Order: sequence, then C-alpha cells, then structure tokens
Amino acid sequence: MDATLRLLRSAPPTALFGLFIIFAYSFIAIFAPVLTPYGETEIVGAEFEPWGEGFVLGTDSLGRDMLTRLIYGARNTIGIAFLTTALAFLLGSVTGFLAATISGWVDQLLSRIVDVLMAIPALIFGLLVLTIVGTSITNMVLVIAVLESTRVFRLARAVAMGIVVMDYVEAARLRGEGLWWIMTREVLPNALPPLVAEFGLRFCFVFLFISALSFLGLGIQPPTADWGSMVRDNATLITFGDITPLMPAAAIALLTVAVNFVVDWFLHKASGLKE
Amino acid sequence: MAQIMKMVAQRFALGFLTLFVVSLIIFLGIELLPGDIAEEILGQGATPETVAAFRRELGLDVPAHIRYVEWLWNMLQGDMGRSLANKREISELIGLRFGNTLFLAVTAAAISVPLALTLGVLAALYRYSFYDRAVNVVTLSSISFPEFFVAYILIFFLAVTYPVFPSIANISDATPFWDKVYKVLLPALTLTLVVVAHMMRMTRAAIINLLASPYIEMANLKGLSRARIIVKHALPNALAPIINVVVINLAYLIVGVVVVEVVFVYPGLGQLMVDSVSKRDLPVVQASAMIFAGTYVLLNLLADILSILTNPRLLHPR
Repeated sequence: MDATLRLLRSAPPTALFGLFIIFAYSFIAIFAPVLTPYGETEIVGAEFEPWGEGFVLGTDSLGRDMLTRLIYGARNTIGIAFLTTALAFLLGSVTGFLAATISGWVDQLLSRIVDVLMAIPALIFGLLVLTIVGTSITNMVLVIAVLESTRVFRLARAVAMGIVVMDYVEAARLRGEGLWWIMTREVLPNALPPLVAEFGLRFCFVFLFISALSFLGLGIQPPTADWGSMVRDNATLITFGDITPLMPAAAIALLTVAVNFVVDWFLHKASGLKE
Repeated sequence: MAQIMKMVAQRFALGFLTLFVVSLIIFLGIELLPGDIAEEILGQGATPETVAAFRRELGLDVPAHIRYVEWLWNMLQGDMGRSLANKREISELIGLRFGNTLFLAVTAAAISVPLALTLGVLAALYRYSFYDRAVNVVTLSSISFPEFFVAYILIFFLAVTYPVFPSIANISDATPFWDKVYKVLLPALTLTLVVVAHMMRMTRAAIINLLASPYIEMANLKGLSRARIIVKHALPNALAPIINVVVINLAYLIVGVVVVEVVFVYPGLGQLMVDSVSKRDLPVVQASAMIFAGTYVLLNLLADILSILTNPRLLHPR
C-alpha cells in the first residue's frame, strides 16, 4: 500500500489524470445499470428532445435518453475493446513466444504469415473479411483480434528472442523442461513490462478501430448502445449547432488520451529514460 | 553502385511478391470460410435454385485456381467484372471514385507535408521550450482522437458556427477545379490533423538525433546560427527517415480516407467500399480492397527504395 502511494506521488500530473480517467470510466462501466435513469434501449420521449429536465442530455434519433445510452456505451464499447485486445494478446504473445523459443521453420512460417497480413492495411482487410463472414459483434471481435495480434506477435517475438539466448533458459532446457514451461515460467515473466505497455497502446488502436467500424455501421449493431454508432445516428444534430453527438466521440477521445498518458509514464519508468 | 541496384531489385521483387500474395488472399478469402458464400449472402430463405444461380453468377462452380488466374488477368487489363448490387461495370464505378480519393489525399498531403516539416524543424530548433511542449501535447492528443471526432469538430466550428466551408463535399466531374479544392478543404484539413503528428514527431526526432554528432558541434564552434546549422547541416542528413515517414503517411492518407469520406459524404472509393460491405457486394469489395492494398504496398515499397537511395553511406561507399 505504501509503495503504491509513493509510486503515485512520483507520477507526473498527466499520468495521474490518465489514471483518474481510467478509474472513472471503469466505475461508470461497471455500475451502468445503477447510474442510469432509464433502460438501455427504452424509448422514453420524442425524437431529438433538447437538453432539460427529465433528459439531461436530451434524446436520440429514436427518442432514447442520451445520458443513459452514453453510460451504457461505456460498458459495451470499452468491454468489447478490452476483450478484443486481450484476445489479440493471447494469440500474439503465444505465437510470438513459440516462434522465438522453437525458432527454425516455425519461426519462418509464422513470421512470413505475419508479414503478409501486415502488408494489407488493417481497416481494408477488416472490411473485406466482414463482407465475407457478415457483420456481427463476434465476427468483428475475432477479425480485429487476429489483425492486431500480428503487431503483438512482432513485439513478443523480438522481446523473447533476447530472452531465449539467456543462460537460465539454456539451463531450463538442459533440465529437460517442456516448451510450455519455458514459455510461461522463463520467457513470460521477463517479457512482461514491454508487453504491458504495448497492451495500453494496442487497446487504444482496437478501441479506435471498433469505434470507426461502428461509426461506419459495420461494427457493434443496434440496439446495443455504443459510442461510434451513437455519433453516426445523431450526426444530423451537428448541422443545427447542437453538440450532443460530439459527446460520445469526446468520450472516446478522452479515454484514448488518458491511456496514452499512462503508457507514456510507464514506458519512461520501465526504460529509465529521462527524455 | 552495384550494391544499391541489387538492394533496390531485391525490394522490388519482395514488393511484387507481397502484391501477389495479397491478391491471392483477397481473392481466395472466400474459400477459407466454412460453408458456402452464396448461401451465406442469400440468407436462409433462399431456395436451392437461387443458390445455384447465384453460385454461377459468382463463378463459384469453376475450380478456385482457374477463377483466380482469370480474375487476376482481367484485373490487370482493367476489367473487374460487374457489381452484384446494380450490375454496373466495376471499373467504371471505381475509376472515377478512385480519382476523387487521390484528389483528396493529394490535397491533404499538399497541406500536411510542408506543415509537418516546418513544425518539426521549429520544434527541434526550440527544443524543450514552451512551443516544443505545446506542439508535443497537441500532436499526441490529435493522434488519439478518432477521425470522425476531428471531422465533426471541424464541421461544428467551420461549417455550422462560422459557415466558412460547406459541411458536405459533394463534388462531381463537372465541378470546376477551384470549386473542388474549396469543397475538399475541410476533409483535407481533417486528414491533415490526423497525419501531421506522426510526421512532425519523426522530423523532430531525426534532427535532434543528429545534433549530437561531431560535425554539428564543429559548425557550432564556427559560430554559425542555430537555424543555419539545422537547415543546412542537419536537415540533409535527416532526409532519409523523414522521406520514409512522409511516404508511409501518404499511404495512410489514401487508405485512411474511408471514415473521413463517409463523414463528408465525399464520392470516393472508401465510401463506395463501405456501402458495398453493407450490401455484401463481394466483387466491388474485392476490387476496392485490391486497389487500396495495392496502393499501400506500392507506396511502402517506394518508402523502402527512397530510404536506400538517400542513404549517404550506401551512395558513397569507401
């Protein structure tokens, strides 16, 4: 507890701000049903009602309460992005460690596959696959997880490459430990710091990717509340000088900035660099 | 010189190999799917007859490798088949829109590249000053914003509150050139805000990296001004990484326009692709994906080759 406090006191204001935002978002996401005045898909008034009593932020294109949708959006959008990132990390780091630990043709094969996947721009590849398999949340999560795992693979492999040549890994090999044991007990703990920082960055990318797809109408499908599609559905309001549709977009921007601040701080600490 | 030619040739070979594999993936992606794409698209209500007819229309009754060779050959000749949704020639549909997308990307590049270089050089010149920190924070935030957020903020301020620009960039072939530029300015500005950060940070980092070298110290001791040292001595040697990041960002501009095009209802290739994805118009999506991916691969290849060609160590071997 003391150590945590000391660590927090040494953090720059940007990182503290970032941590605060992340905790606030998680709190809102977890307690969404308690915090909201109405149900997620409940139609409670006329379309596009202005801000005022009853509806703090007005209503959306179907007459649902904006504030309620915004709070539920935190739960859905962040939850799905987090799940996708976690999946990408599982896939990317397992294959990356495998490539580094076994090396030889396994490494060659996996690396060439990743090279090709990375040669196609992610959004375009995502659109193509979604046409083939159809748009649904599960499909989107899988597609983005696979696409993002290529970047995790590169990092995991590069980091693990430096670890598998260490004496203690050699010792473990001579001791007759299995592949899985070496990967999880020798490589993973030593590769953790860069991977944690990468998790933050990847989360931002995934989060923006999902929001972009939802904004294009190809990601999270209605009636699920989600920030990307909320912007899209209510965008017409902007031409009347109403900033309500900008709020879900601002919510996305605020979270990505917050995560970036924290990752920046973490990288500085981990590398011991000053500038 | 021979060494350079060999490296360039290698990159070319690798680039075209990548293009080939990419085309293979884009075309054969349907094969990897369990089940049948025709049934998948038509849905559960389709009778076996409609499914069979649709399979014939997609050409799925022919073996995959024959279809692939035919598709690639036709593609190279500019014949991309017909759209499933409206039966129009895809090449006709795409040609015009790709031109529009390129126009938008070029306009955005014409604004963002000089701006990024100037900001980067200035940030290196006034390192650790208030200006440097401010630019750093602003660019870091602009990377983390979703594109549609930037776009709508610009619309809100520059099209609604102060109506300087139109909020919809609906250009056509008949639009006069300067009118086109005017209408495309707001989307181009959005893209600029998205890409400037990366280019500017690279420029700054590349120059600051060089400032520690002995020849810069020499120039310093001769009593040259900081501005002269950076522009005349440091910048030429920093060119390779800068050119690299500029070209990679151009590739991003052409591909990253999708969201921006949708916001501004701009008749470009990205907009067409998104529409076709929701209609599941597979031939159009494949053709657009191939064009986007091809441009992306070729521009990355160009970045690779330019960074070889501008490397002084390779150009003047001992």
